[in-house]
Amino acid sequence: MSEENDPMAEIRSSFFIECEELLEALQDALAEIDDGNEDPESINVVFRAVHSIKGGAGAFGLEPLVRFAHRYETALDEVRSGRLVPDADATRLFFSAADHLSDLVRVCRDDEEVPTEKSDELLAQLDALLGDVVEEEEAEVADFEPLGVSMSLDLPDIGSAGNGATSLNLSPMDGPEKSLFHIRFKPDFGVFETGNEPNLLLRNLAELGIADISCDMGDLPLLAELAPETPYLAWNVVLEADIDESEIREVFEFVDGLCELSISSNSAQKNATDLTPISPPEMEIPSAPNAIVAENTSPVKTEEPAVSKMTPAAKEPTNTAAKSAPTPSTKPAEATAKQTKSKTPKSVVRVDLDRIERLVNLVGELVINQAMLSQSLEKVGLSPHSDAMSGMDEFQRLTRDIQDSVMMIRAQPVKSLFQRMSRIVREASSAVKKDVKLITIGETTEIDKTVIERLADPLTHMIRNAVDHGLENSEDRIAAGKSSQGSVTLSAAHRSGRVEIEVSDDGAGINRPRVLQIAIEKGLIAADSVLSDSETDNLLFLPGFSTNAEVTDLSGRGVGMDVVRTAIQALSGRINITSKKGVGTKFSISLPLTLAVLDGMVVEVANETLVLPLNVVVETLSLTDNNVEMIAPGQNVVRVRDGFVPLFDLGVELGYRDTALNVAGSIVLLIALEDGNRAALIIDKIQDQRQVVIKGLDDRYSRAPGIAAATILGDGQIALILDPTDIIANATETPTGSTLPTERKVGT
Amino acid sequence: MSLNILAVDDSKTMRSMITMALKPSGFDVHLADDGIHGLEVLEGLSPDAIITDINMPRMDGFGFIDAVRAQEKHRATPILVLTTESSTELKMRAREAGATGWIVKPFDPEKLVKALHMVAG
Amino acid sequence: MNDQKQSSDIELLTFKVADQEYSLDITSVREIRGWTRTTPMPHAPEYMRGVINLRGTVLPVMDLALRLNMTSQEISDRNVIIVVNMNGALTGLLVDAVSDIVAMKEDDLQPPPEASSNQSVPVVRALTLIDDRMIRVLDLSAIVPGSTDEAA
Repeated sequence: MSEENDPMAEIRSSFFIECEELLEALQDALAEIDDGNEDPESINVVFRAVHSIKGGAGAFGLEPLVRFAHRYETALDEVRSGRLVPDADATRLFFSAADHLSDLVRVCRDDEEVPTEKSDELLAQLDALLGDVVEEEEAEVADFEPLGVSMSLDLPDIGSAGNGATSLNLSPMDGPEKSLFHIRFKPDFGVFETGNEPNLLLRNLAELGIADISCDMGDLPLLAELAPETPYLAWNVVLEADIDESEIREVFEFVDGLCELSISSNSAQKNATDLTPISPPEMEIPSAPNAIVAENTSPVKTEEPAVSKMTPAAKEPTNTAAKSAPTPSTKPAEATAKQTKSKTPKSVVRVDLDRIERLVNLVGELVINQAMLSQSLEKVGLSPHSDAMSGMDEFQRLTRDIQDSVMMIRAQPVKSLFQRMSRIVREASSAVKKDVKLITIGETTEIDKTVIERLADPLTHMIRNAVDHGLENSEDRIAAGKSSQGSVTLSAAHRSGRVEIEVSDDGAGINRPRVLQIAIEKGLIAADSVLSDSETDNLLFLPGFSTNAEVTDLSGRGVGMDVVRTAIQALSGRINITSKKGVGTKFSISLPLTLAVLDGMVVEVANETLVLPLNVVVETLSLTDNNVEMIAPGQNVVRVRDGFVPLFDLGVELGYRDTALNVAGSIVLLIALEDGNRAALIIDKIQDQRQVVIKGLDDRYSRAPGIAAATILGDGQIALILDPTDIIANATETPTGSTLPTERKVGT
Repeated sequence: MSLNILAVDDSKTMRSMITMALKPSGFDVHLADDGIHGLEVLEGLSPDAIITDINMPRMDGFGFIDAVRAQEKHRATPILVLTTESSTELKMRAREAGATGWIVKPFDPEKLVKALHMVAG
Repeated sequence: MNDQKQSSDIELLTFKVADQEYSLDITSVREIRGWTRTTPMPHAPEYMRGVINLRGTVLPVMDLALRLNMTSQEISDRNVIIVVNMNGALTGLLVDAVSDIVAMKEDDLQPPPEASSNQSVPVVRALTLIDDRMIRVLDLSAIVPGSTDEAA
């Protein structure tokens, strides 16, 4: 048994992965139902998802999950069967239950404490929804457990000794308390129709003890009259065994109702007549099957959208009559064919993320090696038209293709992330009592898995902000001539090698006078500052800025948009804000497709090669004596059109040299800092702009501030990747005296 | 002689559980994701028994059993239905469709092996 | 990992640092590489030479002479980097030259006399004689931070 531990753990973990997929499908289908889509397949999907989670959870003994899923499933079954038509409240409850189910799955997976209270609360609500159905189901739960237990008829020889009927008669020998059973078994048609085999039943019976089996051929007609597959035979068995009658019944479990079966024991012979024949449970069938067949066994599963489109068609008979009329006759074939095509499962391989990491690393090395090889070929002085050089070009192209393909392996659709956000909207809107709809666009857009994970927090914050601060309350919306329901739109798209994510609301837009007032009150800007709209909007990103006068439960947690921006920048991304009074606010995030490569600017400082993230470099300047001002010894500012920007010598900051280069004539990079300010860095030379593969640094050796990571250059040398914000925050000299709002004092 | 089993379930977890339960007892387990896939697999296979889930996308267990029974060569193939519910109604529906027997999930591996031997020898 | 009391065989890699002979248990040595230029790490301790590219990963390299509080010699192409494995994390040790690999019994190692040297860090875990030369056996864990050891 011990060797089963590992595979079980594997199955368990694959169960949880499967749960995630099921939960996703569940959310999707609930959303469809919420959208008024009356496609019956939606509820079927919802039901199946919960059902499968319950099934798996049962297999692993995850009781809290089973308990909750079971009741949830019961409620969904009511909907599926049409006995319950969910109103808005019920739908909301189903969403909450789905959210909670997702929590339970996570809790069970991570062995965390089960939020029993929440379960109970939702179960109570589900019960309330179900009304009297509950009792019936309760009974069913009870009846479903003993069946599992009753399997404990441990016949040790079954599994191991295998199929043979040879080992049968051994076990009864040692049991002194044997009973003698008289069994008569006469199969009906149904036994054969269901693929049951009398021979096997008798053999199984014989395995219980010492059996004396005789065949009763009394009903057998003459050969000429013999109708194939008609059961004529009956068997009489005398079984001597140390067992319960229930164990004999178990052998006939599958043919119960499909045969005449009588069992009597020597001890209870008198009661034998009571037991025969077993009342056939088929009595129920005539009443039920039609509805059931229509609902479940019809090959026309209503999965594909064509059917959902038919629902509205029924409501608008005028323009769709022609279309819908022929549909019923063609539907089965057509629908089945379409489903087969559309739902043909994509072949998917699950791979350990570590293996992919390794592949990503190897490809990173390949890229570097290729660059090195290419450089040494150039050094040799080969003609660009030589075979070697053109081969090299091809090699480079292939290497880049491989790199792109490998990066795509880690890519995942943002859908799961968006689904989490729809939960945030539900929770946030109910917390602030606003009616809010989340619209998602581009769910299939793929981004690196690690990026997706790290987007969850900033997006959550932005969504909460949008619901809490962005959208007006219903009265104000109606007064402004908008629909009372506010909407938050979350979209994702690929644009020129990056991912663009937008969070927008159709609220009142940023209240700029209020923002300015707060910024002035908090001393973030001078009282007489004149800011453009966009500059004003960007004040939201300043650390410690919080717009709402009254701190709400929801987003007033001391986290401002500065935290969001920091998180986005940590992903080498940019975030922008645009807002239009009365129309709404939009945050646009632009991210690299993956974290493993970085668009870098390769520069040289004191003979060292360094890489700066390209997204922080606003522009490059060349210094003259005229545009640099000294504020204090060693503290300079550079004049950049609209203001003065603190100036730092990168070589000095990194300890490569003691004194700054001669200022005039040197090259300066204008850097956008995370706090919205700018700084200027003196460098020696710009080498290149290109993608570099990011390599982690060993953290055992105290890493200096400002050193984010490293990369390997074409010549095999390592170049450090800098974090300019960090460098400047830790700058040795702190410039002072800058008074303009956008170039506030930096550091300290 | 090892028995050939076709197991049809849309849940990967269940498919794994079935495989785990049967492999050690010497069964040859073939898997399918749903009814339609099951029928595809059956084209090249004559299993000694079939295990099928009921709730599946595309084609559910009842539809699958119907379709299997409609094929002459599988008219007598034992089919066990995997169900999380032990309601009589469900069992009767399964039987109506032509199922040989049923296994209640979560199943005990020994019970599954036993049931298979019971119906398939 | 620590001293095995029974007289088991050990193999030592001996090398020279600032004209002194040192050695390391060969099981902690991953490979030996020729000197390549390091990329300096800003604001790192002086003995940290910087980082080099070890087949695609970034390997920190420490100047063993400086780490042992000795004066570093001028570095030339003859210098080598011994790549050591400490709790799964690799570090390069810059030394003058590698001398030999010697097999011996654990018994042949003697604990260093207490408070013997001028060293402030107890980095020598044993002494031994090879061809009448005294060889110091370094305690790698005292020199190289393990992956779990420190956070600072």
